[in-house]
Amino acid sequence: MTSAAIAFYIISAFILVTGILTVFTKKLFRAAIWLLLSLIGIAALYFAMEVDFAAAVQIIVYVGGIVVLIIFSIFLTNNEGVNMPSALSKRKIFSALASVCGAGYTVMLVNQHIWMTPSAKVYDPAVKKIGYLLVSNSPSSYVLPFEVVSILLLAAMVGCIVIAIKAKPEEK
Amino acid sequence: MNGVPLTHMIIVSTLLFFIGAYGFLTRRNLIAMLMSVELMLNSVNINFIAFNKYLFPDNLDGLVYTIFIIAIAAAEAAVAIAIIINLFRNTRSIDAEYADKLKN
Amino acid sequence: MNLPMNLLLIPLLPLATFLLLGIFGRKYLSPVAGMIGTASLLASALLSLQAAYVYFIQHTGEVYTSVVAWKMTWLPFTQDVSIDIGFMLDPISVMMLVVVTVVSLMVHIYSLGYMKGDQRFATYYAFLSLFTFSMLGLVVSVNIFQIYMFWELVGVSSFLLIGYYFDKPSAVAASKKAFIVTRFADLGFLIGILILSYHAHTLDFPTLIHRLTSSDSTYLTSAIGSSFLGFSALTWGLVLVFMGGAGKSAMFPLHIWLPDAMEGPTPVSALIHAATMVVAGVFLVARLFPIYAISCPGALELVMWTGAISAMFAAIIACTQTDIKRVLAYSTMSQIGYMMFALGVAGYGGENGLGFTASMFHLFTHAFFKALLFLGAGAVIHMIHSNEMKDMGGLRKTMPVTHITFLIACLAIAGIPPFAGFFSKEEILSAAWNSNKAIYYIAIITAGITAFYMFRLYYTIFWSKEANQHSDNHDEHSHGEGTLTMKIPLLILSVGAIAAGFIPFGNFVSSDGHHLHLPFELSNAILPIIAALIGIIVATILYKKENDKSDKIAAAVNVLYTGAYHKFYIDEIYVFVTKKILFNLIGRPAAWIDKNIVDGTMNGIASLVIWKSNLIKSIQSGKVQDYALYFYIGVFGLAILAIYLVK
Repeated sequence: MTSAAIAFYIISAFILVTGILTVFTKKLFRAAIWLLLSLIGIAALYFAMEVDFAAAVQIIVYVGGIVVLIIFSIFLTNNEGVNMPSALSKRKIFSALASVCGAGYTVMLVNQHIWMTPSAKVYDPAVKKIGYLLVSNSPSSYVLPFEVVSILLLAAMVGCIVIAIKAKPEEK
Repeated sequence: MNGVPLTHMIIVSTLLFFIGAYGFLTRRNLIAMLMSVELMLNSVNINFIAFNKYLFPDNLDGLVYTIFIIAIAAAEAAVAIAIIINLFRNTRSIDAEYADKLKN
Repeated sequence: MNLPMNLLLIPLLPLATFLLLGIFGRKYLSPVAGMIGTASLLASALLSLQAAYVYFIQHTGEVYTSVVAWKMTWLPFTQDVSIDIGFMLDPISVMMLVVVTVVSLMVHIYSLGYMKGDQRFATYYAFLSLFTFSMLGLVVSVNIFQIYMFWELVGVSSFLLIGYYFDKPSAVAASKKAFIVTRFADLGFLIGILILSYHAHTLDFPTLIHRLTSSDSTYLTSAIGSSFLGFSALTWGLVLVFMGGAGKSAMFPLHIWLPDAMEGPTPVSALIHAATMVVAGVFLVARLFPIYAISCPGALELVMWTGAISAMFAAIIACTQTDIKRVLAYSTMSQIGYMMFALGVAGYGGENGLGFTASMFHLFTHAFFKALLFLGAGAVIHMIHSNEMKDMGGLRKTMPVTHITFLIACLAIAGIPPFAGFFSKEEILSAAWNSNKAIYYIAIITAGITAFYMFRLYYTIFWSKEANQHSDNHDEHSHGEGTLTMKIPLLILSVGAIAAGFIPFGNFVSSDGHHLHLPFELSNAILPIIAALIGIIVATILYKKENDKSDKIAAAVNVLYTGAYHKFYIDEIYVFVTKKILFNLIGRPAAWIDKNIVDGTMNGIASLVIWKSNLIKSIQSGKVQDYALYFYIGVFGLAILAIYLVK
C-alpha cells in the first residue's frame, strides 16, 4: 500500500466521520463546525488527487463562503447552545432504512459493475487549461454555461435581497 | 493516487451521499437540512472528479462540471438561507415540522 | 297565390311583445304594458284579417290548397325526416288565426280594465303574449313536431296563467293539475307522433297525410300491417294522437283539469280555457282528419263517442255547479264535445264532410259566444267579488251592458235563431242525423240541457233576487259595471255572436278544400229549437223568481244531483287510482329500489372512496421531509427499474 493510498483512506475516514457527526450532532452550531471540517476534508481529498484548482475553489467557496453564510444564519435564527429537537422516531426508522438500503444497493452495483480500464495517461488539470475550457471561443468551450451560471448567480443575489429584505412599514 | 481503485472513491462518495440524505430526511432544523444538502452535493463533486481523473484524463469536463456545481450550490445556499430567514422572521421558527402551511 | 311575407309578423309580434315585457316590463314598462300588448296584438289581428281576406276572398279556383308561406329545416334527422319550422296557410289555419287574434285582442283590451292596478300587470301581459304567440305558432305549423313544440308552449303559458295568483294555494294546485294532466296526455301524443312518423318516414304534414291516405302507398300498408294488441300501428298512432288532443281539449276522462283551471284570471279563462287552447285538440284532429277519415274509421269512431259522452256528461254536471266560472267551464267542455263528435261523424270529401265543416263552424262561433260569456262573467265577478251564484242576483239594472251581451251569448249557445250557435249546432245535428242516430239523440238532449243550465246561470245572475239588494251593499267599494275598455270587447264579441252564424262557412272550410253547400232544412232545425226552448222555459220557471222549486227537484233526484254536484266523482277516482294503486304498487317499490339499490350503490361507492382516501390521506402531511422521502423512494424505484430494464 502506497503512502498515497494510506493518505486517501485516512482522508476518506475523516470525511465520513465528520459527515456523520454533521448529521447526528444535537447542537446546530457544532453541526456547522463538523460540516466545515468535512468540507475541508474533501478539499484535502482533491489535493491528494492532485486537482489543486478544485481544492482551492472548494476551500474558497464552501469553507470561506457557504459555511460562513450558514453560521451567520445560525446566529440570526437560533440559540446555538440549545439541543435541536430530534425527529419523530417513525421518520427516523424509515429514513435510516431508506439510506442504508440505498447505500447498500449502490455499493453493490458499484462492486458488480465491470469498469473500463483506468487510463494510464497523466491527468493535468492546469489552471490555464481550465481557463481555456471555460471562456475561450473554441467550439468545445463551456462559455455559454459559464455565462448562464453567472446570470444565475446574479439572479440568486437579487432574489436573496428581495426575499430577505425587511418589508417597509406601510405608509399610513 | 496510485493503488487506490476507482471503486473505493465511488464508495466513499456514495456513503457521503447517503449520510447527507439521511440528514436531509431526519433533521428538523431547516439550516441543518441545508447542511445535509451540501454534503450530498459534495459527494457528487467527488464522483465527477474521480471519474474525470481515472477514466478520461485527457479532458477536463468533469472538473468544469464540479466548478459549475459549486457555483450553483453557492447560489442555492444563498437563496435557501434567505428563505429560511424570511420564514424565521414571519413565524419565529425554522422547524420543518411546523412549516406545513401548504397543507392547511 | 301570393302571400305577403309580412304574415310572419302575426306570430312574431306577440313573441316580441313577450320578450319586451318579460325582460323590461316589471321595471320600466309597467304602466304602459297593457297598451303595448294591445297595440301589437291589434296589428296581429289586422294582419290575420288581411291574410283571411287574401286567402279566402281573393282566391281563384275551385279548391283551397294549403300554402306554405315560409319554411325552414331546423333539425334534419334523415333525408326524409326532419323537424321544420314553418308557416302554413290552409282554410282551418287561416280560420284559427282570425279566431285566436281576434279573441286575444278582445281579451287584451278587456284586461286593461279588469287587471288594472294589479301588481304584476306587465308580467300578465307578457304571459298573454307568450300564449298568443304559441297558439298562433301551433295553428300555422307545417310539421307535426312543430305542432308538438307549440303544443307544449301553450301548455306552459296556460300553466303560468292559471297559477297567476300564485299566492292562492288553490291556484297553484290547479295550475299543477292542469299541467300534469295535459302533460300525461301529451305523452300519448308524442308516442303517437313517433308511431306515425316511423311508418310514414316523415314529419311533414302534407307528406304525412298524403302517404297515409293514398291506398297504393307502401307506407300505409306498413302502418296497417304491423299490429300491437290486436290493433294496427296506424290505429294506435291516431288514437294516441287523439289522446293528446283529448287532454288539451278536456275530453272525458281527461277533463278534470279544466274546471280547476278557472282559478286563473277570468280574461285568461276566456282566452285560453274557452276560445282557443282547449280547441287545439279539435284542431289537431281536424289537421289529421284525412288520415282519420280515409285510413282509420275506427279511431274516428272513438273520437265520436268520446265527444258525445263528454258533451252529455259535462252538460249534466254544469246544471249543478254553483260557481259561475265552473258552469262555464263545463259548458265549454260540452261544446268541445260537440265539435269532437261532429268530426267523428264526418267522412272525407263532398257531402260526407259536412261534419268536418260543422265542427270547424262551431269552433268558430263558439269562440265568440264563449269568450263573451266568460268576459261577461268576469265583469260580474269584478263587481261582486265572488264566483258563487248565491251572492248574485238582480244585476240586470246595475249592469245593463253586461246583461244584454250575456243574454245574447246565452241565446247563442242555446241555439236559438238567428244567433251564431244555432247555425253551427244545426249543421252538427244534420251531420249526426246523416251518420249516426244515437249520437243525434244524445246531441239533442244535450242541447236541451245546455239551454237549461245557461239560462239557470243567466237568471241567477241577473234576475232572481231584488235589484237593489246588492247595490246597497256594494256601492261603496263597487267598481260599477267596469270601465269602457271592459265594455267594448263585450259589444264587439256580441256582434260576433250574432253575426258569425251568417257567414257561408261551407264556402271556405271543408274536409277536402272544395266548396261545400251547407244544407239548411227547416225540418232538421225544429227539433233542436224545441229542445232549447224547453230548456229555457224550465229554467225560467225554476230560477226567474227566487223560489225553492229547484231545491225540491234536486231533492227528488237526489242521487243524480249529488253525483253531478260532485262531478260524478271523477276526481276522486283519479285520486284513488293514483294514491292507492299507482303509489302503492309502483311508486313505493320504485322508491324503495331508488333509495336502497340505486342510492345504495352510489353511497357505497362514495363511502368506499372516503374510506380509501382516509387511508392514504396521511400521505399528504404537508411536511417537506415526508415529501422528500416519497421523492427518494420514487427515484430509487425508477433507478432500479431503469437499471434492470436497460440490462
